[in-house]
Amino acid sequence: MSYYKPKFQHPKLPKNELGYTVADYDGAVSTLCAGCGHDSISGAIRNACFLSAIPPHRIAKLSGIGCSSKMPTYFLGKSHGFNSVHGRMPSVATGASVANRDLIYLGVSGDGDTASIGMGQFVHLIRRNVNMTYIVANNGCYGLTKGQDSATADLGSVGKYGVKNPFDGIDLASLAVLQGASFVARSFSGDKEQLEPLIRAAMAHRGFAFIDVVSPCVTFANNVGSTRSYAATRDNLEAMPIDFVPMREEIRTQYKEGSSQTVTLHDGSIIHLHKASRKYKPDSREDALMALQTANRTGKVLTGLLYLDTDSQDLNHTLALATKPLNSLGKDELCPGSRVLKSINEGLR
Amino acid sequence: MQATDTTNPEYFHKVVDCQYACPAHTPVPAYIRLIAQQRYTDAYLINWESNVFPGVLGRTCDRPCEPACRRGRVEAEPVAICRLKRVAADFKDEVADMLPKAGPPNGKKVALIGAGPASLTVARDLAPLGYEVHLYDAQAKGGGFMRSQIPSFRLPESVLDEEIGYILNMGISTVFSTYVDSMAGMLTKGYDAIFVGSGAPRGRDLPKLPGRKEADANIHIGINWLANVAFEHTKEIGKRVIVLGGGNTAMDCCRTSRRLGGEEVNVIVRSPFADMKASPWEKEDAVHEGIPIIDNHVPREFVIEKGKLVGMTFDKVEAIYHEDGRRNLVSTGEDPVFFPCDDVLIAIGQENAFPWIEKETGIRFTSWGTPIINDDETFQSTRKEVFFGGDSAFGPSNIITAVAHGHKAAVSIDLYCQGKNLSKRPPPHVTLVGQKMGIHEWSYDSIPITDERKIVPLEDLKKSLSDRMVEVELGFDVETAFIEAERCLNCDAQTVFTDANCIECDACTDICPTSCITFTQNAPEGELRNKLLVPAENTDQDLYVSGTLPTGRVMVKDEDVCLHCGLCAERCPTAAWDMQMFLYNMAKATPDLVDVK
Repeated sequence: MSYYKPKFQHPKLPKNELGYTVADYDGAVSTLCAGCGHDSISGAIRNACFLSAIPPHRIAKLSGIGCSSKMPTYFLGKSHGFNSVHGRMPSVATGASVANRDLIYLGVSGDGDTASIGMGQFVHLIRRNVNMTYIVANNGCYGLTKGQDSATADLGSVGKYGVKNPFDGIDLASLAVLQGASFVARSFSGDKEQLEPLIRAAMAHRGFAFIDVVSPCVTFANNVGSTRSYAATRDNLEAMPIDFVPMREEIRTQYKEGSSQTVTLHDGSIIHLHKASRKYKPDSREDALMALQTANRTGKVLTGLLYLDTDSQDLNHTLALATKPLNSLGKDELCPGSRVLKSINEGLR
Repeated sequence: MQATDTTNPEYFHKVVDCQYACPAHTPVPAYIRLIAQQRYTDAYLINWESNVFPGVLGRTCDRPCEPACRRGRVEAEPVAICRLKRVAADFKDEVADMLPKAGPPNGKKVALIGAGPASLTVARDLAPLGYEVHLYDAQAKGGGFMRSQIPSFRLPESVLDEEIGYILNMGISTVFSTYVDSMAGMLTKGYDAIFVGSGAPRGRDLPKLPGRKEADANIHIGINWLANVAFEHTKEIGKRVIVLGGGNTAMDCCRTSRRLGGEEVNVIVRSPFADMKASPWEKEDAVHEGIPIIDNHVPREFVIEKGKLVGMTFDKVEAIYHEDGRRNLVSTGEDPVFFPCDDVLIAIGQENAFPWIEKETGIRFTSWGTPIINDDETFQSTRKEVFFGGDSAFGPSNIITAVAHGHKAAVSIDLYCQGKNLSKRPPPHVTLVGQKMGIHEWSYDSIPITDERKIVPLEDLKKSLSDRMVEVELGFDVETAFIEAERCLNCDAQTVFTDANCIECDACTDICPTSCITFTQNAPEGELRNKLLVPAENTDQDLYVSGTLPTGRVMVKDEDVCLHCGLCAERCPTAAWDMQMFLYNMAKATPDLVDVK
């Protein structure tokens, strides 16, 4: 088995405006199963950060436990990383975001890490609107422990051992919309054309951005009867394609009138939604929930940007926390002295 | 684009750039792997089967393989293929017993005229089939231009004698020291076929340059002079020498002059340095020996004083390039420049000459003086039992081209002698074998190392200039050879794609270090080349296109900078990608000359 990638690159590999190639956003060679959907997500994250020209050292990768949570090793090898306790990544992310609001936080989790052991933490992360991107690599099974059905497995989906799942699965996208998340999307690991712009938009969004990514487990859930296999997902895919244009880039693509709608993010970046999204209003929670329920009822996998609140206020803003990272504050700012203490006490008398 | 037809062996053949560029299609990566495994004898035998003279070519080849080497496109320098070939020759064991012997006589008799690389190849390919082979040459020893033109400091006589010996020992009847002066006479001797491999023996002169006649005693035609040195008729030269010409013969002339008493040797050439025909490494070697190469100087006259050559004058020019690639040398208008000298060597090219082939033989020639040949597969002349090959067929080229001609001509002669159709050529010998050893393990060193090209050590300059028999290049030792061998990308380990297995998980696209693989909608070639992850601008390299996949897309692989690292196949969950070793041997009159497991 090859543990490292050859150093040679295509001599004409494009560079982004920082002068980096996509290979500069690579991580270690994956040790996940060959063909794992998670590796495609890693590839999409790498490509998205390259395209958005984010300096790797401005990103912090956070994860819990599971196949999904191993992923951060396999992309952005030059970024910060924190591999936390099972299901407790949201706590670490909250603390990190509060301590240093200038970094871009990218959480990667799985259906077990988020929908089972981490469910309590997950909903509070949404509720607090922590400024981060949270990606769930959702394969409906526990791949690391040989493929038991997970909490998100669909009712009736057949596992590798031939047993139908008797329970209804948790739909994390619906949950996120219902819980008040400010950015909710769903995608498929095998559809980078949609997943990459979604990740770029999520990273540009101010507040909690959630992407639920259907990511087939090639070893334990890619069989006939599984609702999360490559083939079944493709068969039932109802994709709303999107484009992401960062603020500093001019808009080059021409869109036919009425074929797409645009959403402008707080930083001036623009999201174009196409085709299936014609009648869809991504700024309406009701519409998003309705569309998700309809798709779920008909066995479809609805993907694309489901809900977006461009006016969202993140945790740092809501709690009026320090505007600078804590590590950049000096002694005088952290300990302003007895005169300030006295004036505070006076104010409370 | 149409899906690529990999059942046609020519597709994968073209992917192995070095082998494809080699006129004799030597399976280069296969023998380089054997060198890395210290199996020098086997590496030698694989070479010997394809190019007949591994020891000679490992020192003197024009190396069409190296500019083609894929490593040169992903890194600065190609693999030192030529010098690795020499490693196989230097470190092999005794091979004489492993080579084929003359076959039981088949009753057919062929004459080979000229004992250079083309004829020797024909002899080797035909002898195991039982042909009675008569080899004619004007010189006392075989080898042709390999012996007379290539100085001993580049090619020791012992190496040449050994490899020619392997062929002559296959029961070849030599008729040496015999100049064939009549083709008509040869045609009456009862040969079933005659092969002409007599080279391009006439060195070009400057007959009209003023002073040429008067200074004749000190003006020498390069190739004749080199032959005289090789056969020890010439043992010295003046202290100041001008060599005219910019090809490899000029380089051999100037370096030989340095060893025969020339102290102030100048190479003076019409064209700019970069346009010179000599191989870059031969120019380097000359410069290393303290020989200035003066470019953009056109000979004007030989200057004579008191009836003796004292120097030459030259006009200075500059090269003007036109859009269509033509080049004009235009005078700079400066005064002519004088270079003093005692001797001049003219090495400005050579041409074919067949004064001994009579018109009534029915062998016809082009206006260029080369024979009219059926095509470059059969090498049959306008007289059906006469075949040409090597420099005598299409004009001056190199040893490896002569060997390639020899293989094809031998096939033609064998078909002709059996009364078969010459245009029905036997197919190449091809195998394609999976290399999987475990789930993620290949039978070859798949991940390329990053070491840079190794330099061949040279003999001390003073020592090598003191004796023309001292070999300049010392060759790699085994440790250096191993590293150099490991630089090979194993381009013969083919990435074979099976559409039906692909689940389009993107793992191969994501892992590919050189971004070669794209899944996209099919389109005409030009459009497809543009919409790959990195546009495929090198149109010399093919696109490998799959059939339509379930999502309606196709897999497109740009062969250009594929490292053959096997990561696509390692990360493929369904073995849609597989690494399969491709062996291609061009058709020869005797198949399977050697047995290498």
